[in-house]
Amino acid sequence: MSPVLFFLAISCCLVALGAAASVAETLDANLKTLQSVGNEGKGNPSAAVAWQEVADCKSDSIPTILSAIDGASPLSANWIRTAVDAIAGRSRKIPLEDLEVFLSDVRHDPRARRLAWELIQQRNPKRAETIISSMLDDPGVELRYDAVDRLIQKASQANEELAVNEILRKALDAARNVDQVKQITTALRKSGQIIDLQHHFGFLAGWYVAGPFDNTDGKGFATVYPPEENVDLQALYAGKGMQVLWHEFLTADPYGMVDINKAIPGPGDGLKEVVAYAFTTFTMPVGQEVEVRLGCKNAWKIWGNGSLLFERDEYHRGMRIDQYRIPFEMREGENTLLVKLCQDGQAKDWTKEWQFQLRLCDASGTPVLGSDRRPTPRHSEAEATHGELQIP
Amino acid sequence: MCNMYEINRCLHVACFIALLGSAALVQGDQSWPSFQGPRGSGATTERLPQELGGKNISWERMLPGYGLSTPVVHSNKVFITCSSGPEQDRLRVLCIDGTKGQSLWERQFWATGRTMCHEKTSVAAPTPCTDGVRIYALFSSNDLVCLDFDGNLIWLRGITADYPNVSNSLGMASSLVVTDGVVVAQVENDSESYAIGIDAVTGKNIWKIEREKSANWTSPLVLSPGLVGLQSKSGIDAVDTADGHFLWKYDGGASTIPSSCRKGNVLFVPSKGLTALAYNLSSQKSPKQLWSSSRLSPGTSSPVVVSNTVFTISRGDVLTAGDIETGERRWQLRLKGPFSATPVVNGDTLLAVNETGLIQLVHFDDEQGELKDTFHLEDQILASPAIAGDGVFLRSNSRLWKFVDAKQ
Repeated sequence: MSPVLFFLAISCCLVALGAAASVAETLDANLKTLQSVGNEGKGNPSAAVAWQEVADCKSDSIPTILSAIDGASPLSANWIRTAVDAIAGRSRKIPLEDLEVFLSDVRHDPRARRLAWELIQQRNPKRAETIISSMLDDPGVELRYDAVDRLIQKASQANEELAVNEILRKALDAARNVDQVKQITTALRKSGQIIDLQHHFGFLAGWYVAGPFDNTDGKGFATVYPPEENVDLQALYAGKGMQVLWHEFLTADPYGMVDINKAIPGPGDGLKEVVAYAFTTFTMPVGQEVEVRLGCKNAWKIWGNGSLLFERDEYHRGMRIDQYRIPFEMREGENTLLVKLCQDGQAKDWTKEWQFQLRLCDASGTPVLGSDRRPTPRHSEAEATHGELQIP
Repeated sequence: MCNMYEINRCLHVACFIALLGSAALVQGDQSWPSFQGPRGSGATTERLPQELGGKNISWERMLPGYGLSTPVVHSNKVFITCSSGPEQDRLRVLCIDGTKGQSLWERQFWATGRTMCHEKTSVAAPTPCTDGVRIYALFSSNDLVCLDFDGNLIWLRGITADYPNVSNSLGMASSLVVTDGVVVAQVENDSESYAIGIDAVTGKNIWKIEREKSANWTSPLVLSPGLVGLQSKSGIDAVDTADGHFLWKYDGGASTIPSSCRKGNVLFVPSKGLTALAYNLSSQKSPKQLWSSSRLSPGTSSPVVVSNTVFTISRGDVLTAGDIETGERRWQLRLKGPFSATPVVNGDTLLAVNETGLIQLVHFDDEQGELKDTFHLEDQILASPAIAGDGVFLRSNSRLWKFVDAKQ
């Protein structure tokens, strides 16, 4: 090679490398713009410009773009994922092998990994099926859901009861979705299997309950009653028409329902326009951020270790397991949870419920069980803690 | 001297009038831009199919998720929302070619708000809207996104991320409107309750009004460019979208499920049955009540109005036609219910779909209504139809159809 040609070749390489570096820098800067959007539309105009440039990238950038979802806020994650939608929608080829590497790295955001799997599924469904069957323990909610779904299908095709039960037990161990758990346990119970759902989900079954306090015209929601200032399980409070003491309440309900109408019974359909408090402790071997997951159709407040975590003043619009997901930084050792539960004055049948169900888990729905967790109460044990009829 | 906002607003009004004019003079209604159509009346100038049958189905396609929002149509593009996933937290906006039913693009979002809702409704309950340039889509999770017609993301909001108690455990369903460069969302519920005016270009709040803490599933209605009516159980508030200030109020109470419709400057409010209110665009005086009729009380479906007749479908599935000037009942016709979807209407034909998917075509004049034809889609349908160009667009929880008049 002549020196001139050699020089030209080197120059071309340098230009190409420089261009590639420039493209990478631009992509990085644009992704940072998308990562910096905030609430109430903050950063939207500049994000729209950056989004267009990201969406114009070649498909081999998809893994890099997906990586930007790691640690991004939910709003930013949506900006980034839709850019991937746009790229994948117009690209004939996408980097399947790189996506598989991305998918296999559980340090990445679970939803970004799910998107990677779906891109693989669109182009190579057979390979995607092979991958999903090995994801039973995945931290990604939807990946795990589909893996469990494949096991449920497999069980439905098995003939031997022992084999079916073995497959379903494996599916149950992995299942975090409530509907899937119900489907599996229904099948297992038909063959006499015993399943401890409270333990499976991590519902908290042991509480101390105090009430009733006054909630006439809904004013009790904002009223600070003594338990909010200091929980003293030996205290005697002036409640609504009566003296109020803390007393233990255990629930044997499989889904951890704490029925305050049983803890503090009233006449007829139960007390109305009242407030109750429920208190429990929870011991952690190490500090950990968890999700407090609450189902409740009454107005409520929750304090964790004395700090208000969240509050909501909606009555009787509906209830389900994991209705609310509230982050809570638990410390090593003993932690406390205090729930304030308000009942309003509506008289219709469907407004008599005064109850909640609460569990602690990680983001995938895997229960976080305290080191002091007691065995799930038997019905007789629970009933022994239920209150007697009170006529205020 | 005009400021930039006033100039912008004048341009918007001029464009609005020009668009209406050109649509009416040249092509009829080529678009169905929001829940209650181009005039907020549920009416169309397009010809409705005169008979129903398999031969009227131009195309049919599966949808990748659940939803009961009405399809929005513009420039021969059909925009539709749905949700999927075990937690219904995958929010989807689809753009479909109106002629062939092929997918042009799809964008997905992860819900940032709560997705819990009553089993009969869906996270994709609110109907999106368009100003002819962008599509604005809201979900029950209070995620609000803006895309252009090519699927480019312009902005997005997480209203529950902004205001954490904006939600309803039964689900939110109020649809969007856009007018004068402002997207109006009523996110009203028992807890943190607002109506918000959002800049259509940037997605930022222009105004935010605290509303009564009470669940409300009704949709805002454009009364004129830059003026919207917000319905609630208290009545109607007319709000200037420029700054969110109230122009007038009707405090006679109103339903929180069926929404109002309008014709010209007369508003038909589901209040005390049905109440007609004449409002004056240049006045801040409360509107004049023309009549109120308990015999025109709507059930779940919203009233629709065309020519000199207002129509309601009662809880008992009776279609009633009323005189818009007097409120007198003209005729009644029992349909097969139950109904959630709002019917659509043109000069002499009304199309109603019940929850089982039975489409009922009613021919009418001032004296009577007659059931002309029926066709069963054998699918639960809660979404109101959209009419644009030569097609009626109808969706279930899993499918989208385009019906055309086979004789055309």
